[in-house]
Amino acid sequence: MGIGGMVAKLKADVADTGEPLLEVKDLSIDFHLRTHILHAVRNVSFALERGRTLCLVGESGSGKSVTARALLGIVDRQGRIAGGRILLHGDEGEVDIAQMTERSSELLRIRGGRIGLVFQEPMSSLSPVHTIGSQIIEALRLHRRLDARAARAETVELLRQVEIRDPETMVDRYTFEFSGGMRQRAMIAMALACDPDILIADEPTTALDVTTQAEILDLIKRLQVSRGMAMLLITHDMGVVAEVADDVAVMRYGRIVETGSVDDVFHAAQHPYTSSLLSSTVRLEQPRADIRDRAEALGEPVLSVRSLTKVYGAVSGWFGKSGPALTAVDDASFDLHAGENLGIVGESGSGKTTLGRLILRTVEPTSGSITYRRKDGTSDDVLALSKAGLKDYHRQVRLVFQDPFASLNPRMTVKQIVGDPLVVAGTLRGAALEHRVGELLDLVGIDPRSMERYPHAFSGGQRQRIGIARALALDPSVLIADEATAALDVSIRAQILDLLLDIQKRLGLSFIFISHDISVVRYFCDHVAVMHRGRIVEMGTAEEIVNNPREPYTQSLISAVPNPDPRNKRMLHRTRFKS
Amino acid sequence: MTTQVFLDTVGEERPAVSPLKTGAPLEDIAVAGQWRLIWGRFIQHRVAVGAGIVIAVFYFIALFVEFLAPALPEASRPQYTYAPPQSIGLFVADESGGTRFQPHVKGYAIEVDPVALRRTFVVDDTKIVPIGFFVEGPTYKLWGVFAMNRHLIGPLNPTDPMYLLGTDKLGRDLMTRLIYGTRVSMSIGLVGVAISLCLGVVLGSLSGFYGGWVDMTIQRIIEVISSMPTIPLWLGLAAAIPLTWSPLQVYFVITLIVSLFGWTGLAREVRGRFYALRGEDFVTAARLDGSGERRLIFRHILPSLTSHILAVLTLAIPTMIVAETALSFLGVGLKPPVVSWGVLLQDAQNIRTVATAPWLLVWPAAAVVVVVLAYNFLGDGLRDAADPYES
Repeated sequence: MGIGGMVAKLKADVADTGEPLLEVKDLSIDFHLRTHILHAVRNVSFALERGRTLCLVGESGSGKSVTARALLGIVDRQGRIAGGRILLHGDEGEVDIAQMTERSSELLRIRGGRIGLVFQEPMSSLSPVHTIGSQIIEALRLHRRLDARAARAETVELLRQVEIRDPETMVDRYTFEFSGGMRQRAMIAMALACDPDILIADEPTTALDVTTQAEILDLIKRLQVSRGMAMLLITHDMGVVAEVADDVAVMRYGRIVETGSVDDVFHAAQHPYTSSLLSSTVRLEQPRADIRDRAEALGEPVLSVRSLTKVYGAVSGWFGKSGPALTAVDDASFDLHAGENLGIVGESGSGKTTLGRLILRTVEPTSGSITYRRKDGTSDDVLALSKAGLKDYHRQVRLVFQDPFASLNPRMTVKQIVGDPLVVAGTLRGAALEHRVGELLDLVGIDPRSMERYPHAFSGGQRQRIGIARALALDPSVLIADEATAALDVSIRAQILDLLLDIQKRLGLSFIFISHDISVVRYFCDHVAVMHRGRIVEMGTAEEIVNNPREPYTQSLISAVPNPDPRNKRMLHRTRFKS
Repeated sequence: MTTQVFLDTVGEERPAVSPLKTGAPLEDIAVAGQWRLIWGRFIQHRVAVGAGIVIAVFYFIALFVEFLAPALPEASRPQYTYAPPQSIGLFVADESGGTRFQPHVKGYAIEVDPVALRRTFVVDDTKIVPIGFFVEGPTYKLWGVFAMNRHLIGPLNPTDPMYLLGTDKLGRDLMTRLIYGTRVSMSIGLVGVAISLCLGVVLGSLSGFYGGWVDMTIQRIIEVISSMPTIPLWLGLAAAIPLTWSPLQVYFVITLIVSLFGWTGLAREVRGRFYALRGEDFVTAARLDGSGERRLIFRHILPSLTSHILAVLTLAIPTMIVAETALSFLGVGLKPPVVSWGVLLQDAQNIRTVATAPWLLVWPAAAVVVVVLAYNFLGDGLRDAADPYES
């Protein structure tokens, strides 16, 4: 299509006669569950126009993915379309996808042929036992009836279009030889194989790192514009919306509560839910609520880490062979002062989680030292601690987990979970224990009367609060929060961050906050350490790191963060890092 | 799409649902522990619940065999050898020509084939044997303690023949013997599994929790044991039991032999679960909370396993029952006077018996099949319900 398509698109924009390619009218989808019917989608209407991007944004459970899949006639077994129409306009007039049966040949032609789909998980949506090329060739031969040679040439061309380097070689590689970003590119190539009119991207970058996310979004946007496709992008991230959307539809509990152009939605939101969603989106520009006087925080550091290193796999085997060594954490040094929040930020595989585990000694460091200073002035060499000493250290330095579902024992009541550290320590029992658990729950904003309940009665955010209450039970002085807000929805994330800040103020704690999300770290932390391939590449105050990053890696990282403001897009003119 | 569409002004606080039935209120589920959730899922599984009821009935029978059996297992009447099963009638014609309600079975008439001199039994319509519930019959000791003579069902006159499932070659009532056999056959599974459970859980836990060389050693032992062909080994071990031992001693030794080879599957299952759970976040959390290893195992890991163990055990019991039956059938397991289903099947070893008295094969075999199937269905249901927290 190329230039012609762009011109056509521009013309369509100017005239604004954009005939909709796909119209969804009053779509309702019900899920028949054992005890109740869940109205997952209710009276949803929108239209996809040629050359424009509609972002469907909402938190988990809002029905956005269900809606998108229904456009391809994919509805889970318990679900059924209860009403409404999905009209696809084409050369032969319009057809209603909602009326088609799951296996009808008409629907199979539309899937992949006229509507392409990009999934969230590039790991699981590509077959591990076929080469990347053969998977795309299959689509081409099925839909476009090309012969093997032409299909292969076309596949190489597609891979070139999605900017995979050296496509002639990569076409014969297997999925596991591709990185996450490259897999997503291959997915996109597959979706584009049959030159669809409409591209549906369901959270296409959620599983990816920030810099990769920026590249993929950039690619999708350029392909969409150059091919003049209509795009439906499903996301929970307001930053992504602002960067790529033309129009926005906000979904909540199965309804579209607000639709409009991206500028209107961001700058003149009408619905209170949209406003609350925007206000809870943490912005990179937004400093933390209370910037304290730096001088006050300084003093003797609580935790001093010096040249901490962890090497995996370098141990020589029985026969003198040794595997390739992987340095997960390389020479990390920092100080954590009392009452200070230190953020450790990095992409996946940068060693940030391992660093957290090393500090707790759940993973034994290869070399280096950790010194912990108590409130009474005595200090311990953590790496030389005995079993009993380590137990005591674990009472002082606590961990908050990432996954609120896996970190609470589902077979124990909240009272047992939060009280467990106290019971083990043997300090409290009976009514006193119950009183203390009540206090802790109150502190994290959970009704103490619900302490007899089991974790399954609580939502993700509430579970994370319970996890925090458990971490606080022994009056610790340091909390290590490992991606503590990564699994939560935007509005819940803001609440948990504020809760942690509030607790810190009340209890005088220090935090080590490990996260991949720079905006969150900026909001939460005083100091930030940026990790890349096991090394701390840059350290400084949150202001410095965000506003004046010195290292090229940090610069590329910061500039790749989507900005939740359509008037000030950052990602599209980002700095790229070549390593 | 530049105009703003504005749908609802009232903020909704939860997803829209229409309840299908008024089930347990949410508040109730919130405080439900794992066993209540497992039960809730289990009772959804109709086949498993049915199988559970069947098994409960069999154990009830096993508990009250003396009362439920119409006669004594060793009471033989040579004049009724290989007597066929009788059917129960409900009404008899009385003298005045009307009918009256009287449960009964028809007596036997013996005809002798003049050429082969073989005796055959035919139903004699004129001989009415009235039967009833809670009748007085031969005296027995319930559980070997209480001397009683009431039977659930039996002929009103104790000397009349009533053989609902026929008799064997000594003229003993098959139904009585089948009911007595239930006690032995059903309990041998339980005792055997109890021994397997101890071995399997202890060794599996050690293996899964500590890993390393402990795991290595235990797994190799398991592999060696499970590579042995079981039937010849059972035969050899069972043949080594001294003939002078009492039937009870033989019973326990047989159980021990069967269970010594049955624990390996359980140990592997437990080890696998331990391995998976050891890496769970909540176990790491408990470790960081300061829990010692014992507390970690008994407070955090084992409670997550018990439901799985229960399911595996339920699936292990039928193996034990079949093993006992097989050994006894081959004549190296339990021996008369002990009555078990396997011992009963010994009578059906030759084809002539099966031809003349098929009930000797059909009923004990049916009992084994029904119990084994029921256990398998129950085990499947339990396994599906064992983890109520997975989505």
